[in-house]
Amino acid sequence: MSELALTLMRVGFLALLWFFVIVAINVLRRDLAAPSTTALAENTSTRTKPTRQGRSRPQNLVVVEGSLAGTVLPLGTMAVTIGRASDCSLVIDDDFASSHHAKLFQAEGRWIVEDTGSTNGTWIGRTRITGPTVLEPGSPLRIGRTVMELRK
Amino acid sequence: MSTAVSASSSTKASTSSADNSWMTGNRRNVELVLLIFAGLIGLYAYANVDLALRGSLPVNLLAVIAVVTVLFGSAHIAVRIWAPDADPLLLPAATLLNLLGLAMIHRLDVAASIAAARNDSPQPSADVAAQLTWAGVAIVLFIGIILVVQDHRRLQRYTYTCMVAGVVLLLLPLVPGLGTTVNGANLWVRLGPLSFQPSELAKILLTIFFAGYLVVHRNSLALVHKKFLGIGFPRGRDLGPILVAWLLSLAILVFQRDLGTALMFFGLFVTLLYVATQRRSWLVIGAALFAFGALLGYLAFGHVRIRFEVWLDTWSYANDQGYQIAQSLFGLANGGLLGTGWGQGYPQMVPFAKTDFITAALGEELGVTGFMAIIVLYGIIIERGLRTALACRDPFGKLLAVGFSTVLALQVFVVIGGVTRLIPLTGLTTPFLSYGGSALVANWMMIALLLRISDRARKPLPAGAEYVKGAGA
Repeated sequence: MSELALTLMRVGFLALLWFFVIVAINVLRRDLAAPSTTALAENTSTRTKPTRQGRSRPQNLVVVEGSLAGTVLPLGTMAVTIGRASDCSLVIDDDFASSHHAKLFQAEGRWIVEDTGSTNGTWIGRTRITGPTVLEPGSPLRIGRTVMELRK
Repeated sequence: MSTAVSASSSTKASTSSADNSWMTGNRRNVELVLLIFAGLIGLYAYANVDLALRGSLPVNLLAVIAVVTVLFGSAHIAVRIWAPDADPLLLPAATLLNLLGLAMIHRLDVAASIAAARNDSPQPSADVAAQLTWAGVAIVLFIGIILVVQDHRRLQRYTYTCMVAGVVLLLLPLVPGLGTTVNGANLWVRLGPLSFQPSELAKILLTIFFAGYLVVHRNSLALVHKKFLGIGFPRGRDLGPILVAWLLSLAILVFQRDLGTALMFFGLFVTLLYVATQRRSWLVIGAALFAFGALLGYLAFGHVRIRFEVWLDTWSYANDQGYQIAQSLFGLANGGLLGTGWGQGYPQMVPFAKTDFITAALGEELGVTGFMAIIVLYGIIIERGLRTALACRDPFGKLLAVGFSTVLALQVFVVIGGVTRLIPLTGLTTPFLSYGGSALVANWMMIALLLRISDRARKPLPAGAEYVKGAGA
C-alpha cells in the first residue's frame, strides 16, 4: 500500500467515525427535544382541565368490597398507588394483594390503571389487565378480595 | 412524596407518546441504518489493519462480514420483534464499540504473528477468534434476555436471590482449587478450559439487588434524618446498608487485590442511594467513606501504595512498575491529533494492550480525534440509559436503569482515567472494547436489560391502553 492511500484511509476512517457520532447525536437531540414540548402541552392541559371537565371527572375512589369497604379516597391529579406496603397511597389489608399491587394515574382526563407486577393480578370486571387500561367510572376494579370503583 | 415523582413522570410519558407517533413507529429503522453504518465502520477498520500491515485485504474478509452480519442482524431482529419501542441508539453504539475492540484485537494479533515470524517462534493463536466467539455467546444471551425478561419489574421479586447469588459469585475466586490468580489479582474462576470473571456477572446481580432494596427502603432512608451543618444526615441504623456495601468493597480490595471492582461497586451503591433518596448527605458520607477506605488501602497495602506513587511520579518508575503507563503515554503522544492510522503505530509495546490498555492502543492509532469519538460513544450509551430511567414509570425500573448506566460510566471513567494518568491506574475492563469474554457477555446483558426497560418506558400509553369491554356496570 502506498503512503498516500494509507493516509487517505486514516483520515477517511476518522471522518466516518465522527459522521456516525454526529448522526447518533442528531437522533438523540430529536429525542431530547420531544419531551420539552410535551411538558409544555401537559402544563397547559392540566391548567385548563379543572375548569372544563371538573364536573364530569370522577372524584373519588370508593372501596365497595373487602376489609376496607366503605373507604372513600378523594382523587387529585396525582397518581395513586395501591397495595399492602405502608408507602402506598391506599394501603389495603388483603392477603391476596401484593405489597405494590397497582397504580392508578391520570392521563388526558381519564384514569388509567396499571398493574405494578402483582402476583394475583389486577382485574377490571372479570378481565385480568395486561397493560395500562382505562378505568371507566363505575367499573369494578378488583385487587385480591378488595373491589373498588370510581365515583363522582 | 414517591407518588408525586411517579405521577409527574407518568403523565409526561403518556402525553409525549400520544403526541409523537414518530417516537414509536419508525425508530427501529433508525436503529437498522445506524447498525449497518456501525458494521461498515468496523469492517473498514478490519480491512484497514491488513492493508497497512500485510498490504492485502484480509483472507477471511467475506467470512467475517457474514459472521458480523448474522450476529448483530439477529440482535436487531430480536429487538424489532420483542422490544419494538426500545431505544434506537443503544444497540448501534454498543455494536460499534464492540467492533472497534475486535478490530484492535485483530491488529494486535497480526503484530504478534509478525513478531513471531521474525523470531522463528511458533505462531500465537488469534485472540480475535476467541473474542468473536464470546461476542456470539453475548448476543445469544442478549436475545435470551429480550425474550425471557418480558417485564423488568418481575426482577424485583428476586431482590435477595440476586444478592446471595452476587455475593457468592464475588467470593467464588477465593475458593481453593477453583480460583486462579492472574497478574496478582485473584479474580478468575477456572472450570476446565474455560475461565471467567464472576465479578462481571455479579455487577448485574448486585445492581438488581441494590435497586430492589432501595425501592422498598428509600422512604425510611430519605425521610428520617438529623440536621447537621445544614445537611440532613440519616440515623445510625439507616447507615447499615451503606456500611455493608463499604465493607464488602473493602473485602474485595483486601482478598482479591482488585481496586477497580471495589471502586465500581462502592460508587454504584452511593449513586443509587443518592438517586433513590434525593439526599445529598449520602454523597458526603460516600465521599468520606471512600477517602477513609483509600487512606486505609494506601497505608495497609503495598500494591495500592505503588499505584499511587506511579501515578504521581510516573517517570521515576518508567522502567519498572510504571513501565506500562509510561509506554501508554508514549503511545498516546505518538498518536497525536489524527493518530498513526490502523496498523501503523506500535500499540503492541504496551503490556496488556488487548485488555486493560486497549484504549491506549486505540488512542495511538486513531489519535485524539478517534479517542474523543469513542468517549462520546460511551457518553451516548450512558445518556440513553439515564434517559430510560427518566422515562420509566416505575421506581424499580428507574433505579435499575440508573444503576446500569452508572456501572458503565464508572468503568469507563476508571479505565480511561487510569490509562491517561488522570487518576491512579486500577485494573478494570473497558466495556465492549477489551479482550475478555465475561466482561463482554455481562455488558451485552446490561444493554439487553436497558433495552427491555426502555421498551416499556417508551410504549405509547393512552392510545395503547385498551378498554375492557363489558366491564362497566
